[in-house]
Amino acid sequence: MSPTDPLAPEPADAVIAAPLLTARGIRKSFGDVEVLKSIDLTVPRGDVVALIGPSGSGKTTVLRSLNGLEVPEAGTVEFSGGNVVDFSKAPSKRQLASLRDRSAMVFQQFNLFPHRTVLENVIEGPVQVQKRPKAEAIADARVLLERVGLGAKADAYPFELSGGQQQRVGIVRALALKPQLLLFDEPTSALDPELVGDVLDVIRELATEGWTMVLVTHELAFASHVADTIVFMDGGVVVESGPPTEVLQNPREARTKQFLHRLLDR
Amino acid sequence: MTESLWDLLLRSLLPIVGGALTGTIPLALMSFVLGLVIALGIALMRLSRIWIVSGVARAYISIIRGTPLLVQLFVIFYGLPSIGILVDPWPSAIIAFSLNVGGYAAEVIRAAILSVPKGQWEAGYTIGMSRGQTLVRVILPQAARVSVPPLSNTFISLVKDTSLASLILVTELFRQAQQIAAFSQEFMALYIEAAVVYWVICLVLSSAQSVLEKRLDRYVAH
Repeated sequence: MSPTDPLAPEPADAVIAAPLLTARGIRKSFGDVEVLKSIDLTVPRGDVVALIGPSGSGKTTVLRSLNGLEVPEAGTVEFSGGNVVDFSKAPSKRQLASLRDRSAMVFQQFNLFPHRTVLENVIEGPVQVQKRPKAEAIADARVLLERVGLGAKADAYPFELSGGQQQRVGIVRALALKPQLLLFDEPTSALDPELVGDVLDVIRELATEGWTMVLVTHELAFASHVADTIVFMDGGVVVESGPPTEVLQNPREARTKQFLHRLLDR
Repeated sequence: MTESLWDLLLRSLLPIVGGALTGTIPLALMSFVLGLVIALGIALMRLSRIWIVSGVARAYISIIRGTPLLVQLFVIFYGLPSIGILVDPWPSAIIAFSLNVGGYAAEVIRAAILSVPKGQWEAGYTIGMSRGQTLVRVILPQAARVSVPPLSNTFISLVKDTSLASLILVTELFRQAQQIAAFSQEFMALYIEAAVVYWVICLVLSSAQSVLEKRLDRYVAH
């Protein structure tokens, strides 16, 4: 957090009010193409932030930067109460690890470990990385799997599951890490239309429970229900952001209007 | 005459199979295991972004693949003594074969590692794993499945190539056959007998390969 920030936490009781995550001035280029031109993003604790925008707008790159899967050329990412990771210097392994400690990612293509069962997928992080006792990790994993309706699939391999089931395992694998922040990268884009609902239901439930989430999505109707903040990106910049009632129903910017029209006219 | 030839073949089966059990097979196994360790190291070096590291690996692979195994074996056993390094037949053979397998298998392992989707690395990273942890727990198990058929090829070739060790006085399958042949003058019969024993070993290995492939395929949709 920069010193000028009015929300900068001083005493411990102010930490509650401080946003969980603050990203500032994130810049990223792939070759000659500047895909992110100084992005700022604030994620209040307990909120759901949805990144929307046309493909190529950079929303996935923003999300991946928060987890260190993309390393921006400049900008800072800070979790409340943690160190500031400043990308203008090459981040150390420890800095990247500090980001990944706080957040967990759900991928568009699920990226489950195909050689491990559902249960093994879920406990891999808790046991191997967080060094939690295996029995405890298994018990937690079973509760989580049960909650997303996959209790009976614990010993199945990913290939035996439908896409929707695999993505729910992906979500459980992220939850099992007990992260402070959940990152969703187009979690339903690789699914058959009839399977999208189950996954969205799970995400909606997590939002109700108060999980802090950043969500890249094309499901505008879903985003308008579940998100506290909609961030509309285009061409590597945040065009506008605000509550769904503003950004989706009364957009200020021409580019936002155009994007929404194009989607709604389909 | 045919009777005694048959007897000779039967009597020589014991030393020939003995040569396989005490020479060929342990030589091949030890060299293969060591060779795989070298190959994994070379493959990882070859994948390094540091050009000197990948350059060294590239050079190693190029030299191993670009020179005959027999020459490599002779350099170690007959060549090194002239600069004062004496290596016994067995160690010479194991060193030469391991280095050789290391060069060939490195390319197999490198390709297998690259065949695992990038998303698997990312999944490992996002659950907090280091590069090494992700490699060992996520990438290599999947790469292993892909590399079983080509590595089986390498192993089967190696089993047959160990016959070259007979030229540096290692008592293995082929050297036993040679000695009996020289003594009895029945070259055709004994060399065919040796060939059959090699073939049987390779048949066993091929079926072991299918078992291994099936086992590693259990988590893949068919």
